[in-house]
Amino acid sequence: MSAWLRQHRHALVRGFGRVGALNALVIGVALALAVGAYALIESLRSVAGRVTLEPQVSVFLDAKRADAEALAERLKRDPRVSRVRFVPRDQAMKELAGIEGVSDLVAALGRNPLPDAFVVGAAEGQVESLAADLATWPGVAHVQADALWARRLATLARLARLGLWLLAGLLAAAVVGVTFNTIRLQVLTQRDEIEVSRLLGATDAFIRRPFYYAGMLQALAGSALALLLVAGSFALLNTEVRPLALSYGSDFRLSFVNGGDALATVLFAGLLGWLGAHLSLRRHLD
Amino acid sequence: MVSFSAVAKRYPGGEEALKQVSFTVEPGELVFITGRSGAGKSTLLKLIPAIERPSSGTVLVNGQNVGALKRPAIPVLRRSLGLVFQDQKLLYDRSVYDNVMLPLAFSAHAPKEAARRARAALDKVGLLAREKANPIQLSGGEQQRLAIARAVVNRPAILLADEPTANLDGESARRIVEIFVEFNRVGVTVIIATHDQALVAAYGKRLLHLADGRLQ
Repeated sequence: MSAWLRQHRHALVRGFGRVGALNALVIGVALALAVGAYALIESLRSVAGRVTLEPQVSVFLDAKRADAEALAERLKRDPRVSRVRFVPRDQAMKELAGIEGVSDLVAALGRNPLPDAFVVGAAEGQVESLAADLATWPGVAHVQADALWARRLATLARLARLGLWLLAGLLAAAVVGVTFNTIRLQVLTQRDEIEVSRLLGATDAFIRRPFYYAGMLQALAGSALALLLVAGSFALLNTEVRPLALSYGSDFRLSFVNGGDALATVLFAGLLGWLGAHLSLRRHLD
Repeated sequence: MVSFSAVAKRYPGGEEALKQVSFTVEPGELVFITGRSGAGKSTLLKLIPAIERPSSGTVLVNGQNVGALKRPAIPVLRRSLGLVFQDQKLLYDRSVYDNVMLPLAFSAHAPKEAARRARAALDKVGLLAREKANPIQLSGGEQQRLAIARAVVNRPAILLADEPTANLDGESARRIVEIFVEFNRVGVTVIIATHDQALVAAYGKRLLHLADGRLQ
């Protein structure tokens, strides 16, 4: 074995001896919050992805002037329109009456106040211009673009991701802070050994190496613990989430992060540990 | 091998510990530096491994001006020297054996070779039977011998010892000096600082007497 490898093995063993179980636990809990939030958002996103996000425009016709067939032809020719569905007023009334709690109200009306309508699917980003044009067509009484909810959902998803990044940033800072403090205490308790080693001819790199390994190993242990915590918590939560989702006719379940994300978490944690050790050594050694 | 020319050392605050000190120690020589406490013996020894730097003059070790060494070069210099400190600087959180292994870790010997060297060094100072003990369990003389074992484990060509017989009874002190004489006999250059002129006069070696920072 080369001297270089031997020195690193020595430092790794020394570093391993300096890992604090309690500090690894603190790092584990901090990272579990970030990993858990990420996995939760990813789980919800996979459900949201199945909901059609195609924006729709409802076109209500003026009963006196409208020529439904001509309008249908014209709509189908428009390049911005992806789909056209005609909803006669009787059918709309029936759909309305089918909604629980509204049927009594419909019965009380006595007559059908609803107009004939088209439900038009539009390509993304063209909803507004299409809706504006349609409002000027003859025979059209009113146009309603319901792109709003889709936009809200997208905004909500972006908000959740932004919140996640903020949380991850804060917790990463916490991991660096915990490592910084651990290494500071380690340097203080190893003062004698560091001093003697220097006097007897140890290089700076030799003295620092075990602390770098300690910081990195502690964060790696913390991240492994975080993954276990999230996997365990999700398994536990799913025993209640599954029946609840099934009662809504959904097969939704909290799904654990994939292998790539898990690996990225561990590597990133190791990097944070290294950084915490680096900052601490720069501050507290010599 | 070790050469001082017109070396002065002034500590911050104005105290002048060494004044115009010049001398040369030839390879294979054993030199005692004598003088009362505060005469500058420790300061003189600390200049050789660049623990302190001279305020003026030059200190040459193997032809190298150690006062002008850059920081990364200092560990290399120190590994070529054997140092026995006045306060020994043993580590009490580990065994006698592990204390001797410490300098071998920096030089990254193969584990078998390191173990062999550590045991050889302990054997030379008569502590092989105590290798599993904690240094705190050793007597003053044994602790001093442990410090010597740690200093010689890397087989240095130059051995420096600062007051190695301080606080020892006559018999233990003589034993310590004889260990150094033994190393000198096999070719190691040895420089020992001591206040006990009576003890070392009997060996017929060169004495450098320091008084008030000047060589007499």
